[in-house]
Amino acid sequence: MKRRDFLRHSLVFVSGASVSLAALEFVSVGELLAARPEARWGFLVDTYRCVGCGFCVKACKIENDIPLEANVTRTWVERYLILKDGRVLADSPKGALHGFTDQRVDRAAEGFEEVSNQEIASAFFVPKLCNQCDNPPCVQVCPVGATYQTADGVVLVDHKWCIGCGYCIMGCPYGVRFFHPVEHVADKCTFCYHRISQGLDTACAQACPFGARRVGNLRDPDDPIARILLTQRVGVLKDEFGTKPQVFYLGLSKEVR
Amino acid sequence: MKNHVWRPLFVVIGLVALILLARAFYVPADFGTHERGYMYSYNRTGNIEEWKAFEAKYRGSQYCQGCHEDKTSALSAAQHAIIPCENCHGAAFGHPDDPEKLTVDRSRNLCLRCHAALVTPGSGRIQLPGIDAQNHNPGIECSDCHNPHHPNLAEMQG
Ligand code: HEC
Ligand code: HEC
Ligand code: HEC
Ligand code: HEC
Repeated sequence: MKRRDFLRHSLVFVSGASVSLAALEFVSVGELLAARPEARWGFLVDTYRCVGCGFCVKACKIENDIPLEANVTRTWVERYLILKDGRVLADSPKGALHGFTDQRVDRAAEGFEEVSNQEIASAFFVPKLCNQCDNPPCVQVCPVGATYQTADGVVLVDHKWCIGCGYCIMGCPYGVRFFHPVEHVADKCTFCYHRISQGLDTACAQACPFGARRVGNLRDPDDPIARILLTQRVGVLKDEFGTKPQVFYLGLSKEVR
Repeated sequence: MKNHVWRPLFVVIGLVALILLARAFYVPADFGTHERGYMYSYNRTGNIEEWKAFEAKYRGSQYCQGCHEDKTSALSAAQHAIIPCENCHGAAFGHPDDPEKLTVDRSRNLCLRCHAALVTPGSGRIQLPGIDAQNHNPGIECSDCHNPHHPNLAEMQG
């Protein structure tokens, strides 16, 4: 083979080989539109009903194999105390795994703060969980494609594929992601994907005696959750971030972040 | 171009080809872009099935009915009817095969989750009968006096 031929052939081979497989998959817009599925899971939290018993947190941890006493949780309940002098106190001891049984507010390093009943203007509980955003920033930052959104709108983490870099944990504006202490990968609420895809309630919604947590299909006009979202005034957390959260709150107030 | 330029270049080209080859073997066939495009669904589809196959541990209160009829009927007629059995007894898993028994938690904290009196105007908590844990019979388990499955005060025997 002549040197010139050899060079030409190897050039052709290498440029062919370097077109990565992903680049050959063209996305058709028609296919994308046709793929609009029947289900889009959403969640409704009614803060008026929540009593702060924390059974949802316990159920979530047991259902999803999150070590009970580890300082991480997929869902938690926050207590807000709005005082008459305008101060806002918030706490969530152990994510409310054992509920709220103490009138004093847990101020972490500063210890417990006594608040007298006369000072309190308003106080309530706000359950938090993954918002399963329509524009999830955590998914955008994943360098290896280990976290993604399913066709029915749930953001999942591929535990086998995750390299544990932690970008998604930093990228979530709601702080719902954490490093799994046993699996050593990123982890987060899945809306109990294994339960909802079998027609069961999420573990937290099933555990709630007061109906403060409910999961539903937003694409089904007869779904009770969808009806409430259409007819009542609901709010979402950190709307200004443009993440389009799919966890909706009844009774949200401006103090809640 | 001179030979000393091409030779290292061949090494680089060879390496790139090798990496691409390794990638073709290492990356599973179901890895790629899906419904929501490269930005939101660049993943392994097999993982969705893996998540669906995750084991459910909570069975729901209807499951207990067949075997613990007495408890279920007592509870369903009580103010506590709204509380799922598994909240107080833990997840059923494969009970009664594995585990054979569920935990019976007699701690005061179990009841105080709902009954500790907290000043929380603006939440459902104020509608629950609250007690001051420090002064309401301290040191004694609540179930010594109250029946957890039927806490009705009017029917309470001394
Ligand atoms: C197929 C029948 C069956 C079902 C369904 C069942 N159990 Fe049981 N359960 C048993 C048997 C049998 C025992 C062992 C009784 C014993 O040894 O005294 C038991 C024991 C228990 C105990 C411990 C009692 C003790 O004295 O220590 C608890 C608590 C309990 N079950 C709760 C539940 C709850 C809650 C559910 C529903 C999630 C449930 N069980 C569903 C059969 C059942
Ligand atoms: C509010 C919490 C609570 C709920 C809800 C609850 N239990 Fe219990 N259960 C208890 C406590 C506390 C005891 C221990 C009672 C005692 O010491 O006398 C107990 C005892 C038991 C026992 C042991 C039997 C015995 O006499 O010692 C069984 C079985 C049981 N519960 C089944 C159920 C079933 C089935 C349900 C659902 C229908 C249920 N429980 C709901 C708190 C609860
Ligand atoms: C999930 C929250 C929750 C837990 C946990 C709970 N309760 Fe209750 N309890 C309630 C509710 C709700 C009522 C009914 C309030 C009403 O109807 O006004 C109630 C009512 C009561 C009453 C008053 C009954 C009456 O006739 O007025 C007693 C006593 C009581 N519970 C005892 C207990 C004991 C003992 C435990 C622990 C074994 C316990 N509760 C655990 C929610 C709870
Ligand atoms: C020594 C027996 C005894 C023990 C232990 C006990 N209680 Fe009571 N409890 C009573 C009696 C008697 C009443 C009714 C009279 C009253 O209101 O004090 C009562 C009333 C209540 C009420 C209704 C209060 C109201 O205002 O309607 C609740 C709720 C309650 N108890 C929860 C608990 C809880 C939770 C525990 C455990 C932390 C507990 N009790 C432990 C005897 C007991």
